[in-house]
Amino acid sequence: MAEDTARSRILPPYLLSAPALLLYLGLFMAPLVMTLMLSFNSFDFYKGILPGFGFGNYLEVVTDEYFHEVFLRTFGISLAVTLLCALLGTPEAYILHRMRNPWKSLFMLAILGPLLISVVVRTLGWALLIGDSGVLNEALLGAGLIDEPIHLIFTTTGVIIALVHVLIPFMVLSVWASLQKLDPAVEQAGLSLGASQFTVLRRIVVPQVMPGILSGCLIVFALTASAFATPAILGGRRIKVVATTAYDEYLNTLNWPLGAAIAVLLLIANVIIIATYNKVIEKKYAQAFQ
Amino acid sequence: MTKNGPIALAFHTLFIIFILAPLVVVCLVAFTSKGYLSLPTDGFSLRWFRAILDNPDFIDAFWLSIYIGLASATIALGLSVPASLAVARYRFPGRGGLTAFFLSPLMVPHIVLGVSFLRFLTAIGWNGTFIGLVLCHVIIIMPYSLRLVLASVTGMDRSAETAAISLGASSWVTFRRITLPLILPGIAGGWVLAFITSFDELTMTIFVASPSTTTLPVRMFQHITETIDPLISSLSAVIIFITVIFMLLLDRLYGLDKILVGQGR
Repeated sequence: MAEDTARSRILPPYLLSAPALLLYLGLFMAPLVMTLMLSFNSFDFYKGILPGFGFGNYLEVVTDEYFHEVFLRTFGISLAVTLLCALLGTPEAYILHRMRNPWKSLFMLAILGPLLISVVVRTLGWALLIGDSGVLNEALLGAGLIDEPIHLIFTTTGVIIALVHVLIPFMVLSVWASLQKLDPAVEQAGLSLGASQFTVLRRIVVPQVMPGILSGCLIVFALTASAFATPAILGGRRIKVVATTAYDEYLNTLNWPLGAAIAVLLLIANVIIIATYNKVIEKKYAQAFQ
Repeated sequence: MTKNGPIALAFHTLFIIFILAPLVVVCLVAFTSKGYLSLPTDGFSLRWFRAILDNPDFIDAFWLSIYIGLASATIALGLSVPASLAVARYRFPGRGGLTAFFLSPLMVPHIVLGVSFLRFLTAIGWNGTFIGLVLCHVIIIMPYSLRLVLASVTGMDRSAETAAISLGASSWVTFRRITLPLILPGIAGGWVLAFITSFDELTMTIFVASPSTTTLPVRMFQHITETIDPLISSLSAVIIFITVIFMLLLDRLYGLDKILVGQGR
């Protein structure tokens, strides 16, 4: 375009993006590279961080039973949260999709709004609800439904419930976005040809929103795997996940190189999950995006 | 389109209760008149809201979070607008890579950013400083503001710009009088989203905050890990109230669903 060539003499694109680029190189890339380098250093309880290059920290994470447990637990929690979000979030997105305004926008606001409220506040809500003398137990005891309080706080189940609550809006949003592309005429055709509501859902709706469900799973899994506040508050000292373990190494044990190694592994796992998932979705649903 | 059946509506009701229950409980407990955690069964009391005012460290943390949010959201937008114009308007080598790079902090877990910023800021002696915290927040909120500004620059009708330039307006005047007003909803939406994201940030900030630069989420987290009392409930209720106002603002400005699509990636 003519004006672009005229303007490019005054404001070339490199100049326009230079400030942001410089900030990113200085404050984003440099710290990540420094953390990578730190993870190869070693640590001594008396002398602190020792320079040098070695894979000792990684070896410790790979061989130590404690870290196996932490990584496996994080993986299990992420898997459970992702499955629950998919199982609950997908039907909810479909129900929302079939609602009319003003109900649709009202409930959309109610479901998406909590995303903007601090995770600390949302987790506090769960601590108040599921604590041993929390609202849920008091109500159930008062109604005579249980004799003893259900112990949920500081358990894996409690952490999973709260994480589902924190992350399910992403799933609803993701499925809802792909439902927007759904042609209602195809559903109508299925119904008018005598298919039951269930068959229409299984054969027409679900296959078409699959990309939305999968990308929702990806977001939820990645965010659960690196979640910090919820497991830290509701998991207590016993239910350690990768993020809370890295935090302990940094701020309690002060073993920064080991913490850096855990962080690097978490980052690599995150990038691998996102990259493979993107590839699978692209390959499998390439025709859907054309 | 068929209507939702009774089973669907029952599921929906339970779902909404699940979503809202923790927030409602926080707000209810905040109004208790007792000295311990309980629902306000015998009348509402504001004593725990008054108690917030007696805790200056919460008030200080609140203002610090506000200042960091204001500063980092403004810097992020100041960087996002030119970067978006560059990426959306020009075809140049490295354009795709640059966009991906600008959005890439979304792929890095906040805990990883936290440990990295701690290492970096300690090395340059900026750990626990206001400017250090603000710049770290800018990295975290840039992808959100960039995406909204980019969407509004890409979706903008350029005929008014062409007209202004053909009538002899300089490129700066065209930008200020035509482009900027047209992309203002994107800028405003991006700023509000950036501010809220900064205001809520805990996981990264907890590494780089010092005792004198403790933000509100960090202060609340430290309090909760020690003790959970009605004070933290009333403080949370205030935060919920503030966030709801911002949320309605964002919804008006831009539509909440549009803003949040793909957030967290």
